[in-house]
Amino acid sequence: MFQRILQMLVKEFLQLRRDKSARFRLLVPPVIQILLFGYAATFEVFNVSTIVADQDRTPESRALVAAFVHSSRFELKAVVPSPEQVCAAVQRSDVHVGIVIPPGFSHRLRSGDEAPVQVLLDGTNSNTALIAGGYVGQIAQAFAQAQGEALLQASGRALTAPRVRLQVEPRFWFNPNLDSRWFFVPGVIGSLVLVTIVNLTAFAIVREREVGTLEQLLVTPIRPVEFILGKTLPFFMIGLLEVAIVAGIGLLWFRVPFNGSALLLLAGTCLFLLSALGLGLLISTVCRTQQQAFASNFFVLNPMFILSGFGFPIASMPQPLQWLTLLNPLRHFLVIIRGTFLKGVGIDVLWPELACLAALGAVLLTASVLRFRKSLD
Amino acid sequence: MRWRRIVAVARKEALQVVRDPRSLMIALLLPLMQMFLLGYGVKLDVDRIPLCVVDEDGSQGSRELVERFTSSRYFALRAVDRTVAPAVRHIDLGECRLALVLPPRLAERLAGGGATLQLLVDGTDSNTATIAAGYARNVIDSHATMLQLQALERHGYPTHALRPLDVRPRVWFNEDLESSYFIIPGVVALVMSVIGSQLSSLTIAREWERGTMELLVSTPVTRLELMIGKLAPYFAIGLVDAAICVLVAVGWFGVPFRGALVTLLGTTSLFLSVVLAIGYLVSVSIRSQVGASQVALVLTMLPTTLLSGFTFPIDQMPAVVQGVTTLVSARYYVTILKAIFLKGSSALELALPIACLALYAAVVVALAARAFRKTLD
Repeated sequence: MFQRILQMLVKEFLQLRRDKSARFRLLVPPVIQILLFGYAATFEVFNVSTIVADQDRTPESRALVAAFVHSSRFELKAVVPSPEQVCAAVQRSDVHVGIVIPPGFSHRLRSGDEAPVQVLLDGTNSNTALIAGGYVGQIAQAFAQAQGEALLQASGRALTAPRVRLQVEPRFWFNPNLDSRWFFVPGVIGSLVLVTIVNLTAFAIVREREVGTLEQLLVTPIRPVEFILGKTLPFFMIGLLEVAIVAGIGLLWFRVPFNGSALLLLAGTCLFLLSALGLGLLISTVCRTQQQAFASNFFVLNPMFILSGFGFPIASMPQPLQWLTLLNPLRHFLVIIRGTFLKGVGIDVLWPELACLAALGAVLLTASVLRFRKSLD
Repeated sequence: MRWRRIVAVARKEALQVVRDPRSLMIALLLPLMQMFLLGYGVKLDVDRIPLCVVDEDGSQGSRELVERFTSSRYFALRAVDRTVAPAVRHIDLGECRLALVLPPRLAERLAGGGATLQLLVDGTDSNTATIAAGYARNVIDSHATMLQLQALERHGYPTHALRPLDVRPRVWFNEDLESSYFIIPGVVALVMSVIGSQLSSLTIAREWERGTMELLVSTPVTRLELMIGKLAPYFAIGLVDAAICVLVAVGWFGVPFRGALVTLLGTTSLFLSVVLAIGYLVSVSIRSQVGASQVALVLTMLPTTLLSGFTFPIDQMPAVVQGVTTLVSARYYVTILKAIFLKGSSALELALPIACLALYAAVVVALAARAFRKTLD
């Protein structure tokens, strides 16, 4: 038995070695994708282009503008005289934020009336607008506090009332600088491996069927289980290698920390690969041609990617979709990857995900082997 | 150029699509699947953030602050503990996103010059963490302001002095900062790139694989006629798909459509020409259908997802990557889509991206028209 499996293994690796384009497809797209995600995927908000209409032109109004600029969250593109120009600039998308300080701002400030400031946010990108709006509030709050204190002192009355000072000290655990890269790069490992392995497995078997070599193989003394093992083991190894390569780029090039146990990640990867192989096999049993396999893969893998928590929080999805994600092996694997990379948590925290992966892998593999044997008859 | 020959090629290609129910299904199912998947699955809004409180104070004052969090729709209180250890566990397990630590003798500290509240945030998902921390700051700030007002009132101070600034944020184009309004218009571009490139990438490769290339070469059809005839049916399918997408976006998800349909139709035609031509180019150069559709998918879908501003803001990317995005046709189309849907921009206001897209289309179509060679080697 082992000899026959070994021979299958040798055959598969020989095929891969001779197929230049397959090797290219195995190596180049993953590297391009991790670089793209590492550099292009960011939700951070820095230096948002901002325009200011300062109709007041006093030291106070300039101090407010300076407070915005110094935060490094906003980048002053222009100071214009009229609010209409601010509106036009936002409308044209030249800037994303417009600030209007009306005339009499400092006068009202000094006389103790509430001084209005208008802030215009381009909501086209709701995420950027939401975060930028939060920064506007924080900066204005700090400015207001400083002004309020100055006012009270200027009023000449000795301050006998208690000053309430409530400071917030946020500490971001696992990602102290809230670097988007630390969030996305570990996730790419999971999604890439899923796509590569499901594609490889499905294509390899459908190709044999399409070319007619599947029947040739079946007349040899090889048994179905041996055939499946011999066919999937090479992909299992390739999957491990791919995880190592992509993780290596993440660690060495993007400097994403790895705080957990490598052994735990390895265990999670092996369990995840079972699901991926099972899925690939299952797809191969329903497809006659490679073209069909390609289309089926897209229809299966694309929802898995979106419903995995890769980039979009599962907690924000509608409840039925949240339940559906529990059936998604990628979702569980991403928890394990981020848990080991960023959080550094151990098996005491990650065991439910490992158990889910094992269960999903077992179901998928069993179903695919059963179907596969049937499809041979 | 003979009209009759174009029609003949187009008829043949259309018949092939109609007789292959699978590709027809893909053409009609894919837009629906993408719209619903992304419309429901991709949400960046954050509410009901799971929160735990470490109330080391346990006084009336600390409970009032906690009350503010529970009454905010952005937070869902999961647990109140007396020590930090259980809160750390909650965050490790992923049950809570953030923990608010209220120090002992809170009231005393507040009166005595300042209290510092610690906010422990799970930074794994950096975007959610940013937004959650911003909301928490707002809640705490407004609580502090209220306390200060009360203190000042008790001592007979003018209370207005404390709130000298009245910041009025206004959000344009997406007033409620609904993230699906920001995502869904971009999905149209995504569907167009996948459909357009996938269908057209098969056109020439299919002739090679089925052995009909010799027949095709022996006909009097010129390469320009061939390209137009081959792509015309897919152009029509693409427009139907675009209509489906827009209908679902507006009718089902309620995304506002504020611009002119004509502008949308014109720019969609331009973008369709680009992706169809890219798929055709790939099809001419790669002779296997599977290889061609894979390459076409990577060439169109990946840049549309990552480098078009579809979800990740271009102005936050590193300068080099920003330079690369100018070469991505989807970047212009996504800009146009979002502007037409949300801002109601006119064709005149969008002159620059429309011109870029038109130039792009002209170049790619010209390349595609010259790509096919009437030889068999």
